[in-house]
Amino acid sequence: MFPTPAQLEALNWSLGSSLLQFLPEIALCLGIVTLLLLRMLPKGEQVATGILALAFVLVAGVAAALQVMGGTYAGSIFQGMLTADAFATVFRLVLLCGTLLVMVLIQASRLSEPWEAADLQVLLLGSTLGMLLMVQAQHLLMLFIAVEMAGVPAYALAAFPKQRSVGSEAALKFAVFGAAASGVMLYGISLLTATFGTGYLPNLVNAIAQRGLDLPVLAGLTLLLLGLGFKLSIVPVHFWCPDVFEGSAAEIAGFLATASKLAAAALFLRLLHSLQALQIEAWNLPLTVGLPLGIIAALTMTVGNLAAFGQSNLQRLLAYSTIAHAGYILLGIAVISSTSLPAVLFYLVAYLFMNFGAFAAVTWVRQATGRVDLEAVRGLVFRHPAPAVLFTVFLASLLGLPPLVGFAAKFQLFQAVYQAGQAAPPEWPALKMGWWTLLAIALLNTVLSAYYYLRVVRRMMLDEPPVGEPAALAPVASSPERLGGLLVLLLLLGVLVVLSGIYWHPLLLLSQIAAQTFI
Amino acid sequence: MLEADLIWLTILIFLPTATALTLLLVPARAAEVMRWLAVFGAAGTLSVSLCVVVGYYLLLDSRLDANGRPLYSAWTRLDARADQAASDAAQPIPKALLSDDWIARRPWIEDFDIYYALGVDGIGLSLVVLTALITLTALMASWNIEQGVRGYLILVLLLETGVIGAFLALDFFLFYVFYELMLIPMFVLIGLWGGERRRYAAFKFVVYTLTGSVAILAALLAWHTVDVRDFVDQAEVQQRVRELARERHLSESDVDNQVRIHTFDLVTLSKVGRAVMLILSGQEHRLAARDHIAEQPVWNQVPNGPVKLFAPGVDVAAAIARLKAQPVCTPSFQYLVFALLFVGFAVKVPVVPLHSWLPDAHVEAPTPISMILAGILLKLGGYGILRLAVPLCPWAAAQLSLWIGLIGVVGIVYGALVAMGQTDFKKLLAYSSVSHMGFVILGLAAWSSGGTAQYWQWGVNGAVFQMLAHGITASALFFVVGVVYDRAHHRDLRRMGGLWEPMPLYCGFSAVLFFASMGLPGLCGFVGEFFVLLSAWHFSPALAVPAVLSVILTAGYLLWTWLRVFTGVNEATASFADLTPREAATLLPYVVLAILLGVLPFTLVLKWVDPAVTGWIANLAVLR
Repeated sequence: MFPTPAQLEALNWSLGSSLLQFLPEIALCLGIVTLLLLRMLPKGEQVATGILALAFVLVAGVAAALQVMGGTYAGSIFQGMLTADAFATVFRLVLLCGTLLVMVLIQASRLSEPWEAADLQVLLLGSTLGMLLMVQAQHLLMLFIAVEMAGVPAYALAAFPKQRSVGSEAALKFAVFGAAASGVMLYGISLLTATFGTGYLPNLVNAIAQRGLDLPVLAGLTLLLLGLGFKLSIVPVHFWCPDVFEGSAAEIAGFLATASKLAAAALFLRLLHSLQALQIEAWNLPLTVGLPLGIIAALTMTVGNLAAFGQSNLQRLLAYSTIAHAGYILLGIAVISSTSLPAVLFYLVAYLFMNFGAFAAVTWVRQATGRVDLEAVRGLVFRHPAPAVLFTVFLASLLGLPPLVGFAAKFQLFQAVYQAGQAAPPEWPALKMGWWTLLAIALLNTVLSAYYYLRVVRRMMLDEPPVGEPAALAPVASSPERLGGLLVLLLLLGVLVVLSGIYWHPLLLLSQIAAQTFI
Repeated sequence: MLEADLIWLTILIFLPTATALTLLLVPARAAEVMRWLAVFGAAGTLSVSLCVVVGYYLLLDSRLDANGRPLYSAWTRLDARADQAASDAAQPIPKALLSDDWIARRPWIEDFDIYYALGVDGIGLSLVVLTALITLTALMASWNIEQGVRGYLILVLLLETGVIGAFLALDFFLFYVFYELMLIPMFVLIGLWGGERRRYAAFKFVVYTLTGSVAILAALLAWHTVDVRDFVDQAEVQQRVRELARERHLSESDVDNQVRIHTFDLVTLSKVGRAVMLILSGQEHRLAARDHIAEQPVWNQVPNGPVKLFAPGVDVAAAIARLKAQPVCTPSFQYLVFALLFVGFAVKVPVVPLHSWLPDAHVEAPTPISMILAGILLKLGGYGILRLAVPLCPWAAAQLSLWIGLIGVVGIVYGALVAMGQTDFKKLLAYSSVSHMGFVILGLAAWSSGGTAQYWQWGVNGAVFQMLAHGITASALFFVVGVVYDRAHHRDLRRMGGLWEPMPLYCGFSAVLFFASMGLPGLCGFVGEFFVLLSAWHFSPALAVPAVLSVILTAGYLLWTWLRVFTGVNEATASFADLTPREAATLLPYVVLAILLGVLPFTLVLKWVDPAVTGWIANLAVLR
């Protein structure tokens, strides 16, 4: 009943090592507490909360980077609730990078009024904390808590800045949809835990492998993945995405479109690859789980691309574009092979850079013109060539044109899908044809997506600026030096997108480190 | 230490980019400075390309072939040099990189076997020189671009980098990257500086081209999964075996059959394609291993003799078994991949019925961009079919050769007929491009083998020469239209006429170019068409006859156009000024080349292009 002194000693020791692995999260928690308590102090209101939060994220990021570079991973921590394997560690680093970018963007664009800045930062830190836990979760309960922890602050974030009523509407929609998705996921989790009597993922996976896919397992897994799919915005749970992205500020939309989806994709990968690692002979995972997921992926990218055709709001257009990209990512996830895992990881990091770059460019447009529709960028290149060219770079990368990082990512992903088709055993002809058909659909989707990406480019580059343009340019923002900071960030991201498209090595290395967990 | 050819070729490719970056530093007011800087950059590129021609000629001249002839040594063929370079690099102790073999090969993304591999041979190099020349003249023709000069010049120069890189790339992936590099610049160039319906035209151009590119991407993915371990130097295979054994803690003999080697190297992949052709056509007994690293089959010596494709030291029976087990060795793979590559490049050529972007793009693009489009970009399509589609999938190409020839002839006749009905000067030239590029397709398709491979060689030589000649005449004629458009501000042939009197110099220059385009003997257009028609006649008279007859149509519409523009009396054009010195300087090189290439085709071009074509034919003609 009571632990022996030896057990206590062991517990104590493992707690120490667990806490050491937990440094990034601890830094974020400290940040949250500091920012919340700062207002109690005299003159605490005057502290630049943005810089402070940035510093905490930076510390967390450095800690995560050191762990990646150290090359030794603790494995299970906190009695198996979390795992600090290579996969989780790399993802923590990438997610913290994403958060760092968002915070720099918010600093550059001064999204929030001073009086609400602390709230914004706290919510961002909280959501990031949840995502970090998501990628490490090794227990279904922990997983649910982490998803909620990432989700609930995100609902509130969608409402920033507080004066805008569309933001509130977006937040409400997001919260309602999110709550429904959480309920579905919780139902799936309860089915699984009730069936197997455990929520501990390694045991659960083993038990599933022994039991096979019968109705409760299938229903539980489907509902769980559906809840996660909501985060990733795959069809049919993508409806929140355009409305929320349109309603929230571009910076926040960028956060939701990148970091949040990365975390969800990481969970997908962890679940499926843990199953695959068991090499279950009885049921062919690529055929039973992979191919259906692949079909959903094909649907997702087609729906996303087709729906983006008619959009006139840039954020809404990019929302559909992220849905399409979720489709590509899901296709890579669905392949579940040793070549697809690093490919998806590369894609995710590339996607973080280019998609965030696109949202940062929209932020620039909003700051410069006060609008985010297609008309706002009409003839942009004639007035402000630099942001127009950079926006074009991000869009071309999303489209997948070489030599940008988007092409590198797409190439690897499609390569993995092709290889999956080739490696499919001859006794499963449906599998071979299935992957190749899905690849053809993905390639066709690339052509389709050219239409709307280039429509934006056309509006920016080819159309004349509106007549009497100074009036249309009534700057909501502000002095040029405010936009200068934004421009530097855009330039940095643009250089990153071009360079990592030419020199793949750093991103390849990162994705291979993460992939070694399952290969 | 970097070898000299790597430096030369890299400068050749990236000098335009460097110029473009320098343009960013010029203050915005100094448009004139920018124009001169761009012209100097393009002139520098042309000079470098001519230096490379000299270097390549010296290389050809440095060895004698088996019969004691200079220039035709098997050792100076692209395949031999590329194999040697790859083999030298694969040795346990890599050998010194050769400075004078005009092959540069450096790993770029090793995890995916992607190399920064450049190679020079006559086919690619002649088109590189053409590209450099046309870009230079197009920049000289761009003086009246007033709006957004900096962006315009940067995009043109970036385009040049992409095109030259694509012509020099020996790595499929690298080729694709360069090939795609020109998409966005061209989109913006047409869409921003073009005419009335420029946005529509730019969009159409991108959608067509991107569809083609995606087809090529699919082929790229398919080829990368092919295991080429029996075609590359065995030292590389041994090294992979050792690495894998160490990684998996197994003995080397256990992992030996698990080693797969993938590559994007076009030379190696084309060997796979040829081996597959032999197997699929029931001639696998002819497959053999090479005795040396670089050894070329000598054609028209032993019919049905051995074809030495596998690397030295390979067990041929095991290699054939391995190859047969792969999907690449199935008719469906060959047909599908060939179709993907052919369609991808056919969009660029353009081949009827994929041509409809071309008239729109030409009509709407500004004069210099039309020159580049007609002179250079269309050649990429022909080059792609010549360098990739046919050598990678020779079996499918041979099976479908009649159909491809038919597509070519349809293009020739259709283009000529539609050109006849045009009243817009530029649209007429656009359709004449469709017609002229049909000859390229026809020449490449005229597959023949054994003792009659000579005919096919004429066809391919004709196709390459036709690409050069069309590059010269089409660019020049688009400039001719630009000159008259600057004065008349319309391109309606019905309202022109009488230019003879006010513009005698212009009229004379144009006459030479019109006749060259028509294929008058003694001018450049004749040589290519003549060679192609000769080989087509041998290939299939049914295809040759309409192609020959279409020459009458060509003469008809071009002469008629010339009459409509230059003769007669026209009040409206009587006051036009003759060519300015800048315009004359732009047009003069074209006129000179049109005459010189027509009079001395062999001395100037074929002398150093034909060895490359001989190598190309020698590889493929033995297969059937």
